[in-house]
This record gives sequence, C-alpha cells and structure tokens, in this order.
Amino acid sequence: MEPTKDELTKNKAKNKAEDGAPLLEVEDLHVRFKVRGRNVHAVNGLSYTLAEGETVAILGESGSGKSVAAQAVMGILDTPPAEITRGAVRLRGEELLGLPERRRRTYRGDRISMIFQDALSALNPVFTVGDQICEMYEVHRGMRRKDAKAKAVELMERVRIPSARQRLGDYPHQFSGGMRQRIMIAMALALEPDVLIADEPTTALDVTVQAQIMRLLADLQDELRMGLVLITHDLGVVAGVADRIVVMYAGTVAEQAPARELYARPAHPYTVGLLASVPRLDRRSGPLVPIKGAPPNPAALPPGCPFQPRCPRAEAICSEERPPLIQVGTAGHRAACHFAEEVYGAGSDANADSDG
Amino acid sequence: MWRFIARRLLQAIPVFLGTTFLIYAMVFALPGDPIQALAGEKPLPPAVVNALREHYNLNDPLLVQYVKYLGGLLQGDLGETFDGQAVSDVLSGRWTVTAQLALTAWLFELVIGIGLGVWAGLRRGSLADTLVLGGTTLVIAVPVFVLGYTAQIVLGLNLGLFPTAGTEDGWPLSYLLPGMVLGSLGLSYVARLTRTSIAENLRADYVRTAYAKGLTKVRVVGRHTLRNSLIPVITYLGVDFGTLMGGAVVTEGIFNLPGIGQQVFQSIQLKEGPVVVGASTLLVLVFLVVNLAVDLLYGVLDPRIRRD
Repeated sequence: MEPTKDELTKNKAKNKAEDGAPLLEVEDLHVRFKVRGRNVHAVNGLSYTLAEGETVAILGESGSGKSVAAQAVMGILDTPPAEITRGAVRLRGEELLGLPERRRRTYRGDRISMIFQDALSALNPVFTVGDQICEMYEVHRGMRRKDAKAKAVELMERVRIPSARQRLGDYPHQFSGGMRQRIMIAMALALEPDVLIADEPTTALDVTVQAQIMRLLADLQDELRMGLVLITHDLGVVAGVADRIVVMYAGTVAEQAPARELYARPAHPYTVGLLASVPRLDRRSGPLVPIKGAPPNPAALPPGCPFQPRCPRAEAICSEERPPLIQVGTAGHRAACHFAEEVYGAGSDANADSDG
Repeated sequence: MWRFIARRLLQAIPVFLGTTFLIYAMVFALPGDPIQALAGEKPLPPAVVNALREHYNLNDPLLVQYVKYLGGLLQGDLGETFDGQAVSDVLSGRWTVTAQLALTAWLFELVIGIGLGVWAGLRRGSLADTLVLGGTTLVIAVPVFVLGYTAQIVLGLNLGLFPTAGTEDGWPLSYLLPGMVLGSLGLSYVARLTRTSIAENLRADYVRTAYAKGLTKVRVVGRHTLRNSLIPVITYLGVDFGTLMGGAVVTEGIFNLPGIGQQVFQSIQLKEGPVVVGASTLLVLVFLVVNLAVDLLYGVLDPRIRRD
C-alpha cells in the first residue's frame, strides 16, 4: 500500500501544478492505417475535452473511426499497422502521445480505463473473474493475492453482482451478459481511474439490461467523480446520460453540442439525418427517413466535405472545400458544415418536416 | 469428473472390441497357412497339422476364434505364437524400446515444436517466421526414411554426435537421434499449429483488454495468450503420442531398434496372428488411455468445456 499513497500524493501534487487544464483533452487527432501499401485514414482531426464528472458521448456509425480514436487515446492501437500521424492527447495537461511505453503503461487501467462492447470475448475465457480483477491490484499496486481478493469482492458488490464472494472463482462464460459487463466495469474501475472510456458498453446487451448498465455507470461516475467518454452509435443510449455529444463522421467531427441542444437544434445535415432515422416518443412522427448511401471509404475520402455525397443540401462548394468547425448558436455548439447557420436556423422547420 | 471418466471408460469398450476384431479379422484373412509355413518344404503329417489347428483354434469360424481370444485376453493371456512362445514374452522387451522411442520423440515435439511455434507466431512475417514455415514444410515434404538415413549418416556417422544405431547406450542417448527423426513430422505440425494459434489469439479481444489493463507485453503474451493458444496444440500432441507408438516401423528399422513396430512387421510376414493382434491391442489401449488423459487435460486448460 505504501507506494500507492506515494503515487497518489504525487499525482495530486501534479494535478495542482497543472490546475486549469481539463481532465482529458484530445486535439486534432489523426490516425492512419497502412493496409497493403494503401493509407486508410481512420481518424482525421478529432478534438474534444472532458471535465471531471462529465459525460461526453462520441456518436457515430460503424467505421466512423470512434473506436480507433478511443484506442489511440488509451494507447492500445496496434502500431503498425496503425499510426498516429498528428494531434495531442493530454491528461490533466500532460501530453500522453510522446510518453515512453513503460510510463504510458502505468497510466492504463490506473488513471484511464476502458471497457469494451462484448464482455464475453473481452474477458479472458480461461481465467476466473476473480483472477482477472485481482490482476489489477497485483500488477499496479503490488498487492498480495489475499488482499486483492478482498478488494475484488468489495468491487463486485459495488457493481451489484449478487453473492460476489462465491462467484469470484467462476469463469466469464458462467455469467449472464449483463453480469459479465458488470465484471468488465468492476475491472476497469478497480483502481478508481480519472477517465473511463466505454466503447459501446451496452450494444451486446438486451434493452432492459442496457438501462441497468447505463444507470450503474452513471452512479459509479457520480461516486468517483470520473470523466466518462461514451462511444456509441445508439442515439437512445446517449440521450439520457450524455452532457455533451460529439457526432463523428468519416473520422472527423461533424458536430458537437450540449446534449439537449443537439437534439433540439442540430446544425449539421448528418445529425439531422440521424435524428430523423430513429423513432421518437416525445412527438408524433411520420415514417423514419434513412440517410441515403453509405459512409465514404476511408482509403479514398472525397475532397471537400466527407458527407457531401450523401447530403441533401450539398452545393458546389461542398465538394471543393472542406468545411471548418464553426460555432453556431450557444457556446460549445459547433458544426462542420458550410450551411451550419442555415441548418441551425431551420431547426424548428426540420422538426416540422419530420412530423410530415 | 469421476462420472465423466467412468463414462469415457465405458465408451472405450465398444471402440476396443471394434478395433481388435477388425485387426483379428484382417490377420485371419491373410493368405497362406501358418501351420504349413512352420514346417517349410517338408509336409507335416495330417495328424500333427490337425492337432496344431485344434490347439490354435484354427478350425473354428472367425467369430468363435475371436471370442476365444478375447476370453484369454480378459485373463491377461495374450496367446501363444506358432512356435510356442507366449506373446506377452515376445512383446515385453520390445514394448519398453518403443515406449522410450515414442517418449523421446514426443518430448522433442513438445519442447522444440511449441518453442518454434511461439517464436514464429510472435513475429509473423519476419525472417524467423519465414524460416520456421519453410523448414517445417521441408520436413513434412521429405519422406521419413530419407530424413532418417541422412540424420544417421551425417549426425551419427560423419560428425559422431550421436550413436548411429542400436540401444547399447540406453535411454536417452541411444534414443536421441531416432527420437528426433520420428518426432520431426509431428514437430512440424506442432510448430505450425502453435504459430497460427498464437497469431490468432494475439488479435483476440481479451488481449486488447489485457493491454488496456496496463499489463506488460511479457505478461499479456505469457499469461493471457499462451494458455489459450495451447489448447488445440495439446489436443494434437495427445493424439500424436498414440501415433508415435504405432508408427515407428521405419524409424526402428533404420536405427535397428528392436521395438514393437519391427516385431509387428516381422509377424505380419510370418502370419503370426496372435503377435500382431496382441501388439495392436496394446496400442489401442495406449491410444484410448492417452485420449482420455488429453480430454481431462483439455478441461483443465479450457474451463468452458470442463465437466463438473
């Protein structure tokens, strides 16, 4: 326990020294994959900040680069083939991207943790859940097995796993999907990290269990005052929990705004399309309108706006010039569209349209 | 657990009956008369022939012969050769030679095969990987007698690193070279299987989780990846032990090791049915026991298929 306290006080001192810096800051992140000699641009300039106790949702469809970006922030990308070509990732002001691996590793799981979509494949099938949770304490804190086990039981109770003590020796496949995801959460939160990245944490679960897991995450977040980056493609999951939403498209930010604002007055045609394609309970709606076409191939991105080929509003400028992120309306609402102001202004009309 | 073992042992009974009967029937079907063969050119008096045929149950139909043989087997009697020796005596000395040879080959497969496989699997696409892939392909492609004679001449005779033939130096020295030759084929498969399995498991989700937990690469590979990767390899190694025991005829011949393989080969030529069937029966037993052991070990390695 001794080195732990030392380390904690050191971290605290550091935090004070870096006062004013946001908890997590991702700036202009670019990730490229080299696949058979071709460059695949998975992330092209992602920026967001996360404050203590805040939840930022990164919303995007499959292939939008959201998972790759998360792994880049964690530092667990396979390099090669992946390569972070530009950008910065700062944790309380400390740049993580240039850090030597030895040092970076000590941050993973300790100060910044991650949970994954499918807990059955993300947990090691041949070790008991107790083994896998205890490993966190043993590796990072140098705890002995007996003490680690006591902590693991405590933790499993905290994520509300019934009869935790008896289940310590069970294997992942002996748990239900929801319980398995709780184990993942317990493991990720073992060392009370400052930041938790949840990559589609509820996608593999059925709807009632989804709600339980999201509530659990929200409760734990309140208790631990940690920042939560919630990566998802599910607008329904985001609505209840996110403070701010970053909409990703083709590896870049299409729009970012406080959650309520984004739902009420989207300023990017892609966000408008997303909202029109899901059923809503708060107003009468007509038939759901899918977004036409498919996302662009990240190995051959079109010039100009990446959404232009699918955009109902596209004009000549859209295929020539890449739109910058510009502020619309309230502070913190920004969209990368040449016509952001107009889309934003037409907010109420757009909603009227979907009433059809 | 015990129920599982009991059930597996019960399942082994029909397998045992089926295989021994097949072998018995095949030896029965061999052309020629073993009794006449005993006497060579000079014909035996009909009374003697008849007495001998009666003694060895050769006048009975196949099924009756087989049942009588089984009856003896259950009392621990493997039968008698046509020149009056007990089959168990003929086989006992040979048995230890083959077991020592198979064990040497098997250890060789286990240690070197898995070692090469891990080495290559961790460095896919590298020079090491290419060497292992190329080398194992070569070994698989070359017939075992070519490999055997080459090893014997180069390593044994020219360089004098190993005894050339025979068993005078005992285990392990006399068995090293033949063990390597016998095990080389299995070693190649083990290396390739391990390589693929490691490379596949390194891409698994739980490996990504292990890195996200802040573990060192050594721990991620050595603890999390290796155990999962070895599950299919252990299965192969188990089954292969049975094959090594039975498939050593050529290697035993090259290195002049008086093992089961050579004995069976000679006995087939002499139509010594009881010896062939006896040796095969023992091999079947070894095979069944090893398979059971592998299934149990499999459960230890992979909790998902563990029997409670």
